[in-house]
Amino acid sequence: MDINYDLAVGTTRELNQKLNAAATKDADVSFRVLNPKGAHTLAVGMTSNISVDIQGHVGYYCGGMNQNAHIKVLGNAGPAVAENMMSGRVTVSGSVSHYAGASAHGGLLVVQGDSSSRCGISLKGANIVVQGSVGHMSAFMAQSGSMVVCGDAGDALGDSLYEAKLYVRGNVASLGTDCVEKTLLDEHKREIDGLLERAGVTGADASEFRRFGSARKLYNFDVDNADAY
Amino acid sequence: MPTKKNNDDRSSGRDELRSRLRESATYPREVIAEIQRAAETGIYDIRGWGAKRKVPNFDDLLFLGASMSRYPLEGYREKCTTSVTLGTRFASKPIELKIPITVAGMSFGALSGPAKEALGRGASAAGTSTTTGDGGMTPEERENSNILVYQLLPSRYGMNPDDLRRADAIEVVVGQGAKPGGGGMLLGQKISERVAGMRDLPEGIDQRSACRHPDWTGPDDLAIKIQELREITNWEKPIYIKIGAARTYYDTALAVKAGADVVVLDGMQGGTAATQDVFIEHVGIPTLPALRQAVEALQELDMHRKVQLIVSGGIRSGADVAKALAMGADAVSVGVAALIALGDNSPQFESDYNELGSSAGFYDDWHEGLDPSGISTQDEELAARFDPVLGGRRLANYLNVLTLETQTLARANGKSHVHNLEPEDLVALTIEASAMAGVPLAGTDWIPGKNNF
Ligand SMILES: Cc1cc2nc3c(=O)[nH]c(=O)nc-3n(C[C@H](O)[C@H](O)[C@H](O)COP(=O)(O)O)c2cc1C
Repeated sequence: MDINYDLAVGTTRELNQKLNAAATKDADVSFRVLNPKGAHTLAVGMTSNISVDIQGHVGYYCGGMNQNAHIKVLGNAGPAVAENMMSGRVTVSGSVSHYAGASAHGGLLVVQGDSSSRCGISLKGANIVVQGSVGHMSAFMAQSGSMVVCGDAGDALGDSLYEAKLYVRGNVASLGTDCVEKTLLDEHKREIDGLLERAGVTGADASEFRRFGSARKLYNFDVDNADAY
Repeated sequence: MPTKKNNDDRSSGRDELRSRLRESATYPREVIAEIQRAAETGIYDIRGWGAKRKVPNFDDLLFLGASMSRYPLEGYREKCTTSVTLGTRFASKPIELKIPITVAGMSFGALSGPAKEALGRGASAAGTSTTTGDGGMTPEERENSNILVYQLLPSRYGMNPDDLRRADAIEVVVGQGAKPGGGGMLLGQKISERVAGMRDLPEGIDQRSACRHPDWTGPDDLAIKIQELREITNWEKPIYIKIGAARTYYDTALAVKAGADVVVLDGMQGGTAATQDVFIEHVGIPTLPALRQAVEALQELDMHRKVQLIVSGGIRSGADVAKALAMGADAVSVGVAALIALGDNSPQFESDYNELGSSAGFYDDWHEGLDPSGISTQDEELAARFDPVLGGRRLANYLNVLTLETQTLARANGKSHVHNLEPEDLVALTIEASAMAGVPLAGTDWIPGKNNF
């Protein structure tokens, strides 16, 4: 079933209610959202595997805490798109502002353009694929999950990183505290290939990526590392 | 072996020596010990509990009571109600508490599973709420708390929309009184398999939680964040904002602007599970002046009683509760006192405390996970010492005593609801407390700073 919802006449509240009501009734629903015009908190808290196509730019927290739904933004997204996503998928055809995928626990976030700073901050198990570049402090304190960046990474990549895996194809401006380059093994290439395929990214070869991870030196406080804190 | 006579000689010699020794006010023994400790270890002191320094507090205020000009209520006959409704501003399902005392957020991780269960049992028996903490919602707590407030913290450990919807209210933690501007800590000893799993972290590492939220920075962002939380929970749940007492007048006004249903204000005496001692003792302002500033901000915005105010940080007795309500709070919340009620620092464990280099009444190394009372630990053997049913009953008793004491004071001031207590019922014992609380010095009509002098 295809449903159009026009935000030029409707409201965010009504849209989210309709999305959730449709979700509880029938999983095979496709929503098309028109005239989002940068509205905040669109398609947040989705629970079932409906698809939502948002035709235009969105504001803050689009797809926040998503469970199961497939959300597509045909435009750019404001701060914290797919924040704390649990499962499902959020795709942005344009670029995204800061905090994209913040603390996301599961699911896949695909950014077809660039991401601003702090992409994947506090990541907790989700996967992020950015076709362009990511800004500074990306993957700050990222705990688990993987981030694949086809372009460049800004300063202080992976600062205070825990167990998340970072893959960057282009240039890395600088690494954050306790983030180090690690050898790219076959298992990592397979992971990159898998994520690129799921994200629908072609023309990037897994062996062109470099892998970064935690040096694990800050895991337990050590006086001799005091300068790093 | 020294003879008895020798012993006597020695002790009288020591007494004479003592009377000639002069302790430095600048370098008292505990300061010297801290310098020695710092030189030995090279790391700051981390501990639990709240500020130990003396600051002006509710003990510096008194109630006037009733006499010729006011008449009291009959102690055991005339009704003095204690119920509180929280979240009347925007939430479609506000919270109803039987008593104006709630249990503050304390994390599973800092506390054991059974301790969280006991908090839930005790609070439910007394008709009030408990609050989760940094580390997510445990089933033990959800099952045993009739009313559970779910914290959204910077770390976002275990944060998920199912628990948001399972909660009765949501508390966005901006700060804590013990450490306004500081993030959390949970040291490796307490990161058990279960705690690590709930936080998506490796076991046994020292975990530092962020001091800022990952997806918003200022009050304008927070307003949108709160809109998101309301959308996800269908605008049902009250949303609290918790702030540590710092620039309280402005912080309260901004919390209202950001869309809070309830402001939770935690003064500098507020407890913590693990923070640097220097942070606990030197950052933030006491509960007394912070409460006055928060009430002033709410009144100026015409939001007093519309956005409810919960105050915490050193609430110990019904007198503290009644004074906080008289100054304008809608409810209070208790942390350290609740743990003591459960059995923390009990003399029963004196020899264990001694072995840890401490004593019942002083033990504050909750971060080490070795708590003899089994409350602030993840060690299964220690945790098994603690009986959550008994602990829950003790907490319910304690909360009931606080309520009875609060009612006693309210009736003495002629109030039929504890919320009818007002600043006019209070006087201050010291000039400092008078200035901070904004009530007159006893026997005068002087409030320093008011009316230009
Ligand atoms: C053991 C312990 C753990 C705490 N954990 C949290 C927490 O996870 N989140 C939070 O906002 N505050 C936490 N606090 C602070 C309390 O919520 C509350 O602000 C404080 O304890 C109130 O002061 P009081 O202890 O003097 O009553 C904790 C306090 C203690 C004692």
